[in-house]
Amino acid sequence: MIPTPFDYDRATTLGEAVAKLAAANGGAKLIAGGHSLVPLMKLRLAEPKVLVDIGRVPELSGIREANGRIEIGAGTVHHDVAVSALLQRECPVVTDAAASIGDAQVRNRGTLGGSLAHADPSADYPAAMLAVDAEIDITGPRGWRTVKAAGFFRDLFTVDLAADEILVGVRFNPVRTSAYCKLFQRASHFAIVGVAAALEMSNGRVQAARIGLTGAGPTAVRLTRVEQALVGQPASKDAFAEATKDAEAELPVVNSDIHASGDYRRAMIAVFARRALEGALARA
Amino acid sequence: MPPSPVLPKLVGQRVKRREDPRLIQGRATYVDDVKIAGMLHIAFKRSDVAHGRIRSLDTTAAEAMEGVEAVFTGAQVAEFLAPMPIGTPFPSPVHRAVAVDAVRYVGEPVAVVVANDRYVARDALDAIKVDYETLPAVVDTELAMTGKPTVIHPDFPNNLAVPLVPSGTGVSADGKVDDTAIDRAFANAEVVISQRMMNHRLVPNSIEARGVVAHYEPARGSMTIWSSTQNPHILRTMIAAMNGLGQDQVRAIAPEVGGGFGSKVNIYGEEYVAAAIAKRLGVAVKWIEDRTEAFLATTHGRDVIGYVELAAKRDGTVLGLRIRLIADVGAYNMLLTAAIPTLTMLMASATYDIPAIRTTLTEVFTNKTPTDAYRGAGRPEASYFVERAMDMLATELKMDPADVRRKNFIAPTKFPFQTQVGAVYDSGDYEKALDAALRAAGWNDLKAERDAARAEGRLVGLGLAMYVEICGFGPSSSVPTGGWEHAQVTVERDGRISATTGASPHGQGNETTFAQMLADQFGVPIDHITIHHGDTGIVKQGIGTFGSRSQAVGGTTLYMAGAKVKTKMARFASEMLEAAVADLIFENGTIAVKGAPASAKTFADVAAFAYVPVPLPEGMEPGLSEEAFFEPTNNTYPFGCHISMLEIDRETGEPKLLKLVAVDDAGNLINPLIVEGQIHGGLAQGIGQAMIEEAVYDDSGQLVTGSFMDYALPRAIDFPRFELHSTVTPTPVNPLGAKGVGEAGTLGSTPCIVSAAVDALSEFGVTHIDMMLRPEKLWRIIHGVHK
Repeated sequence: MIPTPFDYDRATTLGEAVAKLAAANGGAKLIAGGHSLVPLMKLRLAEPKVLVDIGRVPELSGIREANGRIEIGAGTVHHDVAVSALLQRECPVVTDAAASIGDAQVRNRGTLGGSLAHADPSADYPAAMLAVDAEIDITGPRGWRTVKAAGFFRDLFTVDLAADEILVGVRFNPVRTSAYCKLFQRASHFAIVGVAAALEMSNGRVQAARIGLTGAGPTAVRLTRVEQALVGQPASKDAFAEATKDAEAELPVVNSDIHASGDYRRAMIAVFARRALEGALARA
Repeated sequence: MPPSPVLPKLVGQRVKRREDPRLIQGRATYVDDVKIAGMLHIAFKRSDVAHGRIRSLDTTAAEAMEGVEAVFTGAQVAEFLAPMPIGTPFPSPVHRAVAVDAVRYVGEPVAVVVANDRYVARDALDAIKVDYETLPAVVDTELAMTGKPTVIHPDFPNNLAVPLVPSGTGVSADGKVDDTAIDRAFANAEVVISQRMMNHRLVPNSIEARGVVAHYEPARGSMTIWSSTQNPHILRTMIAAMNGLGQDQVRAIAPEVGGGFGSKVNIYGEEYVAAAIAKRLGVAVKWIEDRTEAFLATTHGRDVIGYVELAAKRDGTVLGLRIRLIADVGAYNMLLTAAIPTLTMLMASATYDIPAIRTTLTEVFTNKTPTDAYRGAGRPEASYFVERAMDMLATELKMDPADVRRKNFIAPTKFPFQTQVGAVYDSGDYEKALDAALRAAGWNDLKAERDAARAEGRLVGLGLAMYVEICGFGPSSSVPTGGWEHAQVTVERDGRISATTGASPHGQGNETTFAQMLADQFGVPIDHITIHHGDTGIVKQGIGTFGSRSQAVGGTTLYMAGAKVKTKMARFASEMLEAAVADLIFENGTIAVKGAPASAKTFADVAAFAYVPVPLPEGMEPGLSEEAFFEPTNNTYPFGCHISMLEIDRETGEPKLLKLVAVDDAGNLINPLIVEGQIHGGLAQGIGQAMIEEAVYDDSGQLVTGSFMDYALPRAIDFPRFELHSTVTPTPVNPLGAKGVGEAGTLGSTPCIVSAAVDALSEFGVTHIDMMLRPEKLWRIIHGVHK
């Protein structure tokens, strides 16, 4: 690990982190688990002048339920999300996604906020955040703001977060009938295709569905046509198969690489959308 | 006094590895842990183009950086370092450790920085400006053979490193070729199987990458070099020769070595450069490979195309075999590069009594990282090509894959058996291994299980493969460095035992297996024994650890040195006890007169006399230390049978290995626990090749799978619980009867897994699928989607 020279500065409070980040005038990067940033620094694809360590900022950590909503601090590591009894019971799509990230070492270090802010096009969390329609809380020198996950992911590795802002956490209404399924890229364990599904059902019929897809394009997206096709349909395998069979059709372009061509990815979107819906239904 | 219990014999027992506590607690010393006062750090600027001429190379900015001591271009290095030596007799292009005018693979060094700090050295690389005239990259192996898109080395037309070497039936020692017998075999065939198969390129990926510390002491005129190597004595020989030093003036040390898999047999340019710079500057220098360099600059394995043709009768009898091998050796010949594919030729007969065989070998230069030994080194390629062809024959004839093999085995009565390609198999009983595997796997039940799964619409297949390999290298006629090993056993003055071995274990567990042998031989507790290795300052002579040779050759040598000391010790004891040598027994750390346990002298008692012999018995020298060299008369040929069951997800094409049964016959086993560990590792890498690992280059010669983000290694979750069994057919070529097992797992697993995948997809009419089994590739077969 031979990065370019950098200074290291640890923040102990959120306010201090904002101040340190602002003081660096765009030359700083936040580091918590370091599992996206450090590999880039090692390859010298990222050369920050300062690392502001927010790994020990207490306000950023933890999983809470308040007024029926769940909040997860940005500094919460994947392992803590994956094993959260609250999330497993109330919103398993999020624990599914967390448990499928990387390997045990990665899950013990990498954080929710780091993954969302980095916005790898194959990352697992973005699909789950879209499926639960999460709100993302952000703070910075200009104060606090909240954005919807649906508007947060702008482009490849690009999110609605300024260089001097900090992603503080996410909030969402939990959905018990939810699941995340993915086709693993064998080397990185990122998603070749990953689909998160959250269903609201009544009398055996789908009232509303939100489906987040990762791995297929430059950012995670909602499969809105499939969502619409499901509304009012019976919550059944046949209906899911019918609604997802052309799931890929609403995507203008999909990624293609040595692990999966565009053709194959397109075919897998339908498969994993259906599997995610079936997984959600199994939890009804 | 009741007799004390006799120590249990340890050979054959599942003794836990004595090496492991220090390794798993992080208390071992690797090259990067070696620090010398005033040590400098070196870093290599490497080509980022696959093929090009160096138009200009500007090091001035790097040289001006604070902390940079020196920067050497390839031309400057060439002033004090000769081209890299080659260990094979094949003609080879000049290969400079640091490129001079042209670069021929991504990762080839073009300059070297010497700095007072590793970080400064790395920063300085970015300050070196290189301008390349990019040339077309030669990537496609078979296209390269036509000289297209260009020729890499002017003296090697059509990129042919080795134009064509024939072997087998009708090929005489002087290279004359008579096709009569092989042509007749195919003319008489009732069925011919013909298939092009790819045995693709792999990255060895030892956990510890390479590294070297070279320390030259001008006042002593001597060099000490620490390196993460499999063979410190060969390193010593080469470093001495390349630096104008005598072998007495160089000490090579392989400290703890975190794996090699064959890739650390080669002596690399970085080792030569570090030593030469240390000598030139009169200092110590360190170079530690990073993971990116390990992908690009450490030799790769395999990358061989086989055009396989099998001639047979309809009853399954094989009449003849032709294999045309095309090996992509990358940009240069390294130490053993050119020789590795010749081992594929040598093993073409596999476990079968094939009356006519013709193999030919062509080796091709491309703009890729050079290849060299990788776990199995040429033999897994042979077992893959032949076993896949046998499986295709079984399918064609609608025979059980076990039956077609059984029909063609070399009979156990025929050993030693000389194959048509010249190997002399020492011992074998292939039917025994096959039957053991069929029984252990429950072959008929598995077939019923497969058929039941298929009736449910699942894609389940079975695979079976035999293998035989060459281990225990070997007589000196088969190893350019010499095919012997050396050992010294010393009973110390306190009665404890020190032993040295020229084998250089780096994960094989020989500190345990060798100590088990000595414990039994001397009748002492294992914790009274220390095995020293990997340091030419302590171990007088040696060859090293590769080709599954350490136990068969190194272990035997140690046993022989032990026997010499034991004989001498018995003579001293006989003087002390006034008893005949023949009446002495060694047990429980003592030597006693048979039937008179009270007479027992401890090892310390006898050693005290041996080292202060008053009076010195007539005709004896003081001391208890003896050495031995041992060279076997032949290689050993372990064998086995692997069976797998595999399921393919119909929707995604993802293959999942459900079952793997391995029967391995490595002769006598010193430690079945360690043997199982070796087989597990081999299986992991064989299964890895079949299902998970692949080095991929793009058309411009960039290694697309240049990191663990894209190059997948197998993980525990990728495997079922391995079901291991063994048969025991000792070798006659060494007194231990041990054959070697380090590479075995890579031989049977690849063909048996691919055959299982082909079986699983048989409803789609496929007869062969090239490794590795990428889900998309299988999905395309299932869904009839062509690219």
